[in-house]
Amino acid sequence: MAIVIDKNQRWRLLAAHAFLISLCAMVIFPLLMVVSISLRPGNFATGTLIPETISLEHWRFALGIPSPGPDGQLIKPDLPVLLWLWNSVKVATLSATVCLFLSTTAAYAFARMKFAGKKTALLGLMLMQMFPTVLALIAIHAIFSRIGHVFPLFGVDSHWALVLAYSGGIALHIWTIKGFYETIPPEIEEAATVDGATPWQAFWRVLLPMSLPILMVVFLLAFIGAILEYPQASILLRTQDHLTLAAGMKQFLYPQKYLWGDFAAAAILSGLPISIVFILAQRWMISGLTSGANKG
Amino acid sequence: MPTLQTFKRLFHPALMIFLGLAGLYVVALVYATGESLLAAVMLLTLACFLWIYSSAKTYAYRYLFPGIGAALIFVVFPMLYTVRIGFTNYSSKNLLTFKRATNYLLEETYRADGATYNTSLHAEGARWRLRLEDADTAKAFVTEPLSLAPEKPQVLKATPAPAAALGEEMPMRDLIAHQAALKTLSVQMPDGGEVRMTGLREFAPARQQYTLNKDGSLTNNQDQSLLRPNLRTGFYETASGDTVDPGFQVDIGWKHYGYILTDTGAREPFLRIFVWTVVFAGLSVLFTFSLGVVLAVLLSWENLRFRSVYRLLLFLPYAIPGFIMILVFKGLFNNNMGEINIVLSGLFGIKPAWFSDPLLAKTMILIVNTWLGFPYMMVITMGLIKAIPLDLYEASAVAGAGPLTNFFKITLPLIIKPLTPLLISSFAFNFNNFVLINLLTGGRPDILNTSLPAGTTDILATYTYRIAFEDSGQQFGLAAAISTLIFLMVAAISIIQIRATRITQDDKR
Repeated sequence: MAIVIDKNQRWRLLAAHAFLISLCAMVIFPLLMVVSISLRPGNFATGTLIPETISLEHWRFALGIPSPGPDGQLIKPDLPVLLWLWNSVKVATLSATVCLFLSTTAAYAFARMKFAGKKTALLGLMLMQMFPTVLALIAIHAIFSRIGHVFPLFGVDSHWALVLAYSGGIALHIWTIKGFYETIPPEIEEAATVDGATPWQAFWRVLLPMSLPILMVVFLLAFIGAILEYPQASILLRTQDHLTLAAGMKQFLYPQKYLWGDFAAAAILSGLPISIVFILAQRWMISGLTSGANKG
Repeated sequence: MPTLQTFKRLFHPALMIFLGLAGLYVVALVYATGESLLAAVMLLTLACFLWIYSSAKTYAYRYLFPGIGAALIFVVFPMLYTVRIGFTNYSSKNLLTFKRATNYLLEETYRADGATYNTSLHAEGARWRLRLEDADTAKAFVTEPLSLAPEKPQVLKATPAPAAALGEEMPMRDLIAHQAALKTLSVQMPDGGEVRMTGLREFAPARQQYTLNKDGSLTNNQDQSLLRPNLRTGFYETASGDTVDPGFQVDIGWKHYGYILTDTGAREPFLRIFVWTVVFAGLSVLFTFSLGVVLAVLLSWENLRFRSVYRLLLFLPYAIPGFIMILVFKGLFNNNMGEINIVLSGLFGIKPAWFSDPLLAKTMILIVNTWLGFPYMMVITMGLIKAIPLDLYEASAVAGAGPLTNFFKITLPLIIKPLTPLLISSFAFNFNNFVLINLLTGGRPDILNTSLPAGTTDILATYTYRIAFEDSGQQFGLAAAISTLIFLMVAAISIIQIRATRITQDDKR
């Protein structure tokens, strides 16, 4: 009997491996293809999957290095990928900073203070989270174009408009930080208050330094969120040079201007650092969150 | 040190008064530009700010104000404003507010009788001089220096041109760029006439086209006819009922809702898109969940080797930015040049038209969404499987149960309950998965014979986006009305989700 089960199990293991390997192949195929396409000369498929000759033209395009065109003249790439990446990083850093400031203070009040409407506000934050901003795009566009009539700095096509628009999406961050604060015993701040600290000092000097791990986690979450955000960026930014990566990348694949090879190089160039940050953040987040839980 | 103490005591109220006055000044400036809604929101924010930061009772709200304020202004307010826009005729034809449309018409000029001047701009240091030459007599005049970034409309005096040569002439390209500033110029000629810009290189006597009357109507100065604002259609209209551009925003009540729900040209695509949205979201959840669970079960199998390698590889799609991966798939699936079709034609001799056949396009969308979504389900389910006590499986092994029985009788029933809220939220996410559809197919291929642009792969969120931002009519009002309907659907899903979460939490207790 035992032998039969073993035989069964061997077949099952083999089948499982076959299934997993074929699935891994399907996951990796597009990724490997992108690498191959970025090294293949020309923007059109040549019929082979592995490039016969290696060409760096697409990488030059992605890095913004001028390359000789068909008539020998130097042509500067017209899609500024590195500038878009820089815009993305800029907007994401600013908006993550703003979000962090807004959510830490609000979370402190939710975790430590008593005030009228606390339950309603917390429930409201949770409900807000369920309605995606993509449904309010028309209003967001209208609001920022109206703001732009008065304050051009915060109008449509400005990075500050995007930072402002992202600053409202802090519901989840407030919940995360609030959860962390609640794991820290309030006695520590109470001791500080007894020694004469104002509530603000107790928050700023005592609680905040202890919550550094969660603040880093929320900063990273907000940062990645802003880098990946596409709908609002695509309606609020217009000029080529102001676009973020998410809003600009689709320009490579317009039917009338199909830059498949250049896109592949740009995708690796911009996607790789973001993915690495994401994976590191994921690992770090788990350790950060658990280290917080241990303190409590 | 009494002075320091007095200073400390007075500092806060003084700062509040100063901030209050400064804020009021800015609000007044904003109101003066005609943006009364913006001014109202700012005034409300300012009032809350002053109250919260000066009253001792509101101490807790001082911490909440910045965050909650931002959330209210930039998330909640846009949603309410969307609902509001749904009741207006806001579109590319009716873009301006009533005030701005009136001002636009009042700034219109028409060409009156008198001499025409050919003009050119000449540099003088950082400023410019306008040279005007009478088109008939070739008599030349020159204005005083002018700035091209004027703060208010400039009135310049022209004098007969001196014999000395003028500075370098402004090239056509720059002239076009500065057209808006030049349009605000008016030049007083030595003979007393006043000329304005009538062409890129032409100034002529121009008079205001319309005069505003006390009853709100406009008199056309050219032919003395009357224009009356029609607050139902959102246009100024002549006596015979012809509309005059630009239109302005007015309330039109439930008209958009009536149109969506009763007009056959609009209702049919709306229903089709709604059905596909539900099917798409449902199938996406089903596929990602099934694949995720199967993988989680396999990867939790102790006897399987290389589990960590598989896990790492299968986690990859989750780490790569979605917008990049969606575009990569858009290229790989390309009908003629895509690598997937190269492989398929090499192996089976087929070249499916992924982007022009509706059914294939839908299949492709589901394939891509499953690829993107299964790792998340896998990771979550693996965590849940870890929590299942092992003795359950030992007991079933004693009873002689196989792996399939184990899965359907132990694993699935134990993970499905905690997963339910997550599955609903995944459904809600895909219900509005704008990024995937917009970047992959853009909603195409389109449904034929519709009054609005509607695609076979459009979901409701991309449908409204196309009506608002891609269609030439830019029917913001109509799109906002559809968005409002989606809000209601999302609210329904949210209620179900909150219920499901509560049930799971009750079970835990």
